[in-house]
Amino acid sequence: MKIFLNEEYLNCEPCTISEIIKKYTIDCDLKIANGFVVSDDYKIKENDKIVLIKKGIMPSLNELEHLMMSRHSPEVFEKLKNGKVGIIGLGGLGSNIAISLVRMGVGQLKLLDYDVVEPSNLNRQQYYFKQIGKLKTEAMKEILENINPFTKIKIINKYLEKGRIQDIFSDVNILIEAVDNPETKAMIVNEGLSTMKNIKIISSSGMAGYYSSNSIITKKINSRFYVCGDLENEAKLGCGLMAPRVSICANHQANMAVRLLLGIDEV
Amino acid sequence: MKVNGKVYEFKDEITISKLLEHLNLKQDLVVVELNFKIVPKEEYKAIILNDDDNLEIVFFVGGG
Repeated sequence: MKIFLNEEYLNCEPCTISEIIKKYTIDCDLKIANGFVVSDDYKIKENDKIVLIKKGIMPSLNELEHLMMSRHSPEVFEKLKNGKVGIIGLGGLGSNIAISLVRMGVGQLKLLDYDVVEPSNLNRQQYYFKQIGKLKTEAMKEILENINPFTKIKIINKYLEKGRIQDIFSDVNILIEAVDNPETKAMIVNEGLSTMKNIKIISSSGMAGYYSSNSIITKKINSRFYVCGDLENEAKLGCGLMAPRVSICANHQANMAVRLLLGIDEV
Repeated sequence: MKVNGKVYEFKDEITISKLLEHLNLKQDLVVVELNFKIVPKEEYKAIILNDDDNLEIVFFVGGG
């Protein structure tokens, strides 16, 4: 019968979980069948998904990559691994986007910000209070490396100046605008699209408060320019930026980046 | 002309600059696409719009 053992397809005779462990001499203390912890005498059935874990031991790098990416087909995995994405801004949007892309297995990220982690950031940005005072680029890199050790992360601790986008991001496939200031947003898109003819830009506008989640959308302006957000709710006093809607917008951007890397340009 | 899917009619000649003014949109906060091409900001004053032009204007608000 067919089963999946640690995400690998296996053909075996009906048996208990302890018999499989003995047969393949697997060192483990946790036995999980179809998402539930089971005991040694669990009888394995056709199409069961069995995961055997040794607590406290890191799988080898090869094993870890394979397990993390087991939800993808090999073609999807390769395309994401070959992807290079730039993110300008590591605040509410950027920190969430970076984490999603790294979990997806995107091969290379280039992250730019100049800011430090402040207490008021913690209501929506993916930093920890132990990181208050740290440069966001460094704090983010630390977090990302602890999620997926396979992504190559390049950090640039700089305030983005007009006229510099091509110098910094000419080597990425997709540029994600995740800044706060609306003038900078417009500048990034205008300059990015005019100086880099092959780049695709995913920008953002409107994600404040706790208005309906359903008003956050991804809009395709043209094949190289997308905007995510509700396009109207600016961050202001009395209507600030908050985790749920900011993360929704961020993940609209991250998902669009994944779609573009996989060759899908419709929203 | 069409702007973000809506039809607009103007009596006089109108440039992109004037259109933005009419729509109450600050030039520094927009990206303008005219007939599927992004228009550089320097050209907003010079380009005169026609009846059959199709514009997409993205207006950015703060937050991120």
